[in-house]
Amino acid sequence: MNNEPLWEVFIRSKQGLDHKHVGSLHAADAQTAIENARDVYTRRMEGVSIWVVESKYIHATNPDESESLFDPANDKVYRHPTFYDLPDELKYM
Amino acid sequence: MDEPKELEKFDDKIEQEIRIEPKDWMPDDYRKMLIRQISQHAHSEIVGMLPEANWITRAPSLRRKATLLAKVQDEAGHGLYLYCAAETLNISREEMVDQLLSSRAKYSSIFNYPTLSWADMGTIGWLVDGAAIMNQVPLCRASYGPYARAMTRICKEESFHQRQGYEILLTLCRGSKEQKAMAQDSLNRWWWPSLMMFGPNDDASPHTAQSMKWKIKRFSNDELRQKFVDVCKEQADILGITIPDPNLKWNEERGHYDFGEINWDEFWNVIKGNGPCNKERLQARIEAHENGAWVREAALAHAEKKKVLVNY
Ligand SMILES: [Fe+2]
Ligand SMILES: [Fe+2]
Repeated sequence: MNNEPLWEVFIRSKQGLDHKHVGSLHAADAQTAIENARDVYTRRMEGVSIWVVESKYIHATNPDESESLFDPANDKVYRHPTFYDLPDELKYM
Repeated sequence: MDEPKELEKFDDKIEQEIRIEPKDWMPDDYRKMLIRQISQHAHSEIVGMLPEANWITRAPSLRRKATLLAKVQDEAGHGLYLYCAAETLNISREEMVDQLLSSRAKYSSIFNYPTLSWADMGTIGWLVDGAAIMNQVPLCRASYGPYARAMTRICKEESFHQRQGYEILLTLCRGSKEQKAMAQDSLNRWWWPSLMMFGPNDDASPHTAQSMKWKIKRFSNDELRQKFVDVCKEQADILGITIPDPNLKWNEERGHYDFGEINWDEFWNVIKGNGPCNKERLQARIEAHENGAWVREAALAHAEKKKVLVNY
């Protein structure tokens, strides 16, 4: 029936915030995808700006590799300010 | 990783309330159960537009017309959110639409009843959207991420649906004798089909236990139905109309309303395709789909043409 490609939709909910993924939809081209995204995802002023990206262009990490990718940060607590022992009377730091 | 290990990891995530996301490993039956439930749910939203669309041109005021249009448009949106959630499970939109149009997929039995009077717009909002909300709020915590997120979005929109319906009934019930009678007649026709929306009794619902184990569903059909009856009784009292069930009465011991037996023969009959409007609803969907074919073709052809232009 239709071979309209799938698009991922990202919406900036208000000025000053990042675009955030909200879902996807089918449309023949980018212009239609944006128009459809407006109707589907912003009926109640949920956005001030829309990005659409054809889903096939999104590359993602593989969940199987998430351990090797994301775990190493676990043991590097020294990247956090609370790791450092400083006297209580020290102010403005 | 081998399968038993994957399964262990999966069960562990479910146990710890960690959401399952599209690319994560999941048991085949989990995937199948989700596809069935989410696509049925999507179909219900889409078919559910028809009974109300029937009254848009005859809404009694501009305010009511704008509201009804907005509500029906929301339902289209709900269908789209849900189709997208289902597509993340590796079923295509074409396949789902095809299942609906060829009667291989089901949708909620409630939409096979006719909308005979304006009061039905009120009752549908109050009871049908009300029952949907009762069902859907716990699904915002469903274990499958895309489904839970779609449900969260849907639930935010549903509450206006129920309130606008109740307001329609309130207006009728405070109006003339004829208007109040119209509201009562509508409640008489929609009450039992609304209770059927929660599905068969728990002992006749084969998928419930597994669905609850996988934390897709959080409450059983009968639990949700009971909650619904309890809240509706008081809401009907405020309207001053009577729920058509002589067995409806407060049970002090249980802390719930007792209610009469549902006509399950009617329920199964509608599910099997023999309700008052099954054929009409499906026919309307098929026609809409066929009549829209040229638009889809033209849009694709236009997109192709533009691509060629860009490449040169
Ligand atoms: Fe809906
Ligand atoms: Fe609704």
